[in-house]
Formats: sequence, C-alpha cells, structure tokens
Amino acid sequence: MISNLINRKIFTLLKVQYSNMLEYRVEIALWAISGIIPFFMLNIWTNNDLNESINISDVMLSRYFLCAFFVRQFSVVWVVFSFEEDSLMGKVSPYLIQPLNPFFRYFAQHLAEQITRFPFALIIAFFFFIFNPESLWIPNLGILLLSMLSTFLSFMIQFLIQSIVACLCFWTEKASSIERLLFIPTLFLSGLLAPVVSFPAYVKSWIYWTPFPYLIDFPANLLSGNESNISGGLSMQILWIFLLFPLFKKIWSEGTKKYTAMGS
Amino acid sequence: MVQNIIDVRNLSKSFDISSKEPGLKGTIKHFFKRQTKSLKVIKDINFEIKEGEIVGFLGANGAGKTTILKMLCGLIYPSEGSILVSGYLPFRRKENFLKNITLIMGQKQQLIWDLPPIESFYLNASIYDLDKFEAKKRIKKLSEMLEIDEELFIPVRKLSLGQRMKSELLAALIHEPNILFLDEPTLGLDINAQSNLRKFLQKYNKENNATICLTSHYMKDITSLCKRVICVHEGAISYDGKLDLLLKKLSPVKEILIICRSEEDAIKLGNSGFTVKNKIKNEITIKIENNSITSSLKTILNNFDIEDLFINEPPIDEVIGKVLIKKDYDI
Repeated sequence: MISNLINRKIFTLLKVQYSNMLEYRVEIALWAISGIIPFFMLNIWTNNDLNESINISDVMLSRYFLCAFFVRQFSVVWVVFSFEEDSLMGKVSPYLIQPLNPFFRYFAQHLAEQITRFPFALIIAFFFFIFNPESLWIPNLGILLLSMLSTFLSFMIQFLIQSIVACLCFWTEKASSIERLLFIPTLFLSGLLAPVVSFPAYVKSWIYWTPFPYLIDFPANLLSGNESNISGGLSMQILWIFLLFPLFKKIWSEGTKKYTAMGS
Repeated sequence: MVQNIIDVRNLSKSFDISSKEPGLKGTIKHFFKRQTKSLKVIKDINFEIKEGEIVGFLGANGAGKTTILKMLCGLIYPSEGSILVSGYLPFRRKENFLKNITLIMGQKQQLIWDLPPIESFYLNASIYDLDKFEAKKRIKKLSEMLEIDEELFIPVRKLSLGQRMKSELLAALIHEPNILFLDEPTLGLDINAQSNLRKFLQKYNKENNATICLTSHYMKDITSLCKRVICVHEGAISYDGKLDLLLKKLSPVKEILIICRSEEDAIKLGNSGFTVKNKIKNEITIKIENNSITSSLKTILNNFDIEDLFINEPPIDEVIGKVLIKKDYDI
C-alpha cells in the first residue's frame, strides 16, 4: 500500500518532470553532445597505440569507450547544483513542508532527463558506428539488462554521494565547491578517461575498495563484453548504496535542523 | 468550546550571524577569521490560536513575524520553547501534520515555471495522496472560487503576477489544509487582485473553518480579514488581542467636520466646550473621544443648526505604524 503510494508519487513526478524536460530538448541535446569525452580519449588511446600495453584490441577499446559514453549519459548527476540554488533562493521551503522528501523531485528530474537524452545518445552511437563499423556488436539480452541495472546502480551511487554533499548546504552555502573536489577522483578513477585495468598495480590494489570504478568502468566493461566480475561488481555497487543511504538520511535529518529558510 | 489549534510556549529562536568590516582590510580579516555572533530574533514568546481564527501578525521589517510563521509550519527549528500545532510538533514534519497545513509566501513560487499550472496541481495532488477524480473535483472547485480558468493551461512564465498568485494559492490549497500560514500573500498585487484574494480567504475560512495566520504590510489585508492581531516588536510580542481594541487605544479620538448653517453657529459651537482642531467660516473640525461620540453628536444636533457632518477615521496605516515602533501595549 505504502510502496504503491510512493510509486504513484514518483510516477507522477516523473511524468511532470519529463514534460518539463521536453521544454529543454535543445539544451539536453547539447548536454548529450558535450558528454563525448570518452570518444576523445579513444582517439588518444588508439592513435598512440596505448592499448597494446594493456592487451586490449582496438575494437574492444572502442566498444569500451562507447559504453563509457552511454553509462555516463545515464548516470550523470547534478543534484548538488540544483539543490544549492534552490536552497539559497528559498525554493526548497515549499518542498520541505510537503509530505515527500524534496530529493525525490531531483531524483525524478534526473530520471526524466535520462529518458529525454536517450534518443540523442542513440543518434551519437549511430554516427559512432558509421565511423567505426568494425566496433558494431549486439550484446545479449541478459548482459544488456545487467548493464542497465549496473548503470542505474552507478547513477544511484553518484546521486547519493552528491545528495550528501548537497546537504552540506545547510552548513556552508557553497557545497558545490566540495563536489568539485570529488569531481577530480571521479574523472580519473571512474574509468571515464582510461579503463581501470590500465592503471598501475599499486592503484589497482586499493581502487576497487572505493566507489569510483563502479561508476563507469564496471558497467562499461560489462556492456562492452570485456572480462568483468559481474557478481562482485554488482555486490560492491549495492554495498556502496547501503553505506551511503543511511549517511544521507543522517546528514539530511541533522541538516534540516540547521535550515534557516534563507531567501524566503 | 473552540479548542486551541496552535499553542506556543516560551518560544525563542537564535541565528548565528557573521559580520564583516568594510574595505580590503576587513575582507582579509574576514577571510582568515570569521566573527560570528548569536542573534536572538525571537524572544520568549507565548500565544494560542483557536481553530477557525484569522490572526494577523504585525511588525516592522525584521521584527520576527516571518520567523514565527516558519517555526509554526515546521520549516525552521526553534532554539528554545515549545510549539504544538494541531497536536503535532511542527519540526518533526509528520505526514499527517504536513497534510493539514500550508505555507504561502508572496513572490515565492512552487509552480513549475515552464509548465502550465495544471501540471503542478496534479503533481501536488499525488504528493498529498489524492486520486485523479478527487484532484479534478478540487481543482474545479478552487478554480471557480479563485476565478481562474484558461490560465490553468498556460505556462506559468506567461502568467501575470495576479494570475500566478491565484495559481500558487490553488497549488497550496489542493489538499484542503485546515491551517494556512500566509506570508505577505498580496505582495505586489494590484488593488483588485488584493481584494479578490481577501474575499477568497474569507470564503475559504468560512467554508473549511480554517485557521489562518497572516503577515502583511497592507493594512487592508489585516483590517478586512483579522479580528485578532499579534504585534511583534524586535522578536517579542508587544500586543496580542482584538484589532478594534488596539485601534481604539491607539486612536482614542475621532475628528468630526461639522458644516453649520451660519458662521455664528460655528462660533457658538466652538465656544461650547469641544476641542476645536480648526475653523474656517461655517466649517468647524472638532475632536471627540470615541467613548462619548454618540452623546456628543446628540448634543450638537439638538442645540445647533447643522447642515452636514463627517466623521473622519484616522488613517489606519498611521495608527498601526505606531505599533511598529512601540515596545509594549498594555490594554
């Protein structure tokens, strides 16, 4: 009964946010295009034959970076910026006195944006295959579903990390600067610029204990058909969600006591 | 007996405020060592509000009215004291409490800017667990009361301020709350829109027996809606009681302009013991205390040849203005 009600709220939120996102379709197309960093990295890797050092073929590497692009498209999170702005402008106030945690709004906003991005991401992939026909492959249904699950879990981890940082708005007005600090390890350790397998051994010895490789590297490897520990990767993603969620709840509950309803 | 729906005891709120000296030196000093001090903005206040009452909170800018409303609706946490609203501690934000209240802030919006208001209404309806049929019914009822129709389907960004405010009200009232916290609801609206909003609030209060706590700098809002006012001065309550009693206390006399048939009558009236403010030919303005107005007028009409007379109420803004700068009214 309770889960039905929550689902109905989320579904309506999603519907409304999707309508809202369609108002911004040009911006979303541009955002999708701006996410082509993995293709630049692919170019750097293949032009310098760097893949030979890690025993990955050109085809597998190009599939990896295409999948990294897809995973990034469907896991990118900006909740800290939205929450910071809403918090400073007093827009959070009416949401705080509604019987639904305001973060559900941001969550639905992100999901709606992902749905809106989907066709644009497909168009980019279409052009990718035109220029790299040898990379074309069709993953089997099981792997595709697991990759979608893994990408969603990656989105959840990033959403929770950013939501925790966003809650710091209750203490400091510029929580987004803390997020920028987190952006550096996310960029370098997630697998967006290079597959984690190419990292030095001493980095690999500890990196799998952090959430970063599970953000891009693991789902991208899974989807592209590269060797990956499926159950281990999914378990680590779920573990991180279980660790981050209570932390978010705690910081949210403490933070709202500090809320001063500035700007309203 | 009507029961208290809001009960506030020894309520205080402090904020940490950082200060900075002007100039480059001050900026550098502020960068390395922030000076913060605790500012008590609400000081040990007590009051109760009964179910169905409309209470106006009066006070100068920064007096603490909005902070009180924010604590009553659970938006901010009190530093000391207790608040009970409809039997709940507001800050715990229990679902049943939240379903029973609403907060409307003039010029602040919850409607989705790029979509028509109707989308936000259905969203709010689902947040408050209303099914589609019930939501439709309530939207129809409230839009009729607020006299909005086509505006429901126009993107919010294209609506006028008045239309937007009506839509905001509809969004905030779709769950039919029993307690309304209104912070400057008529801010920026034109005279007609203000008047319509006031009529709507009166009707809503009557139909739902809703309790309304209101702050406004437009005295017309207060005088036409509130029988009771709570005056806030520097975070403390300086007056809590009936508005007409306050007005009588603050303005104990009325000015009466009397037009006599002849100048001699005006002179005679001026010499008969009344306090004369001024006299021009056959027109004389006298001051009479509120409590003797009927008997004094009877005497004047019986003894002098009067052509016409006008009773002038002192401007309400001027009278209430006195409240904003005075610390205590013992009535």
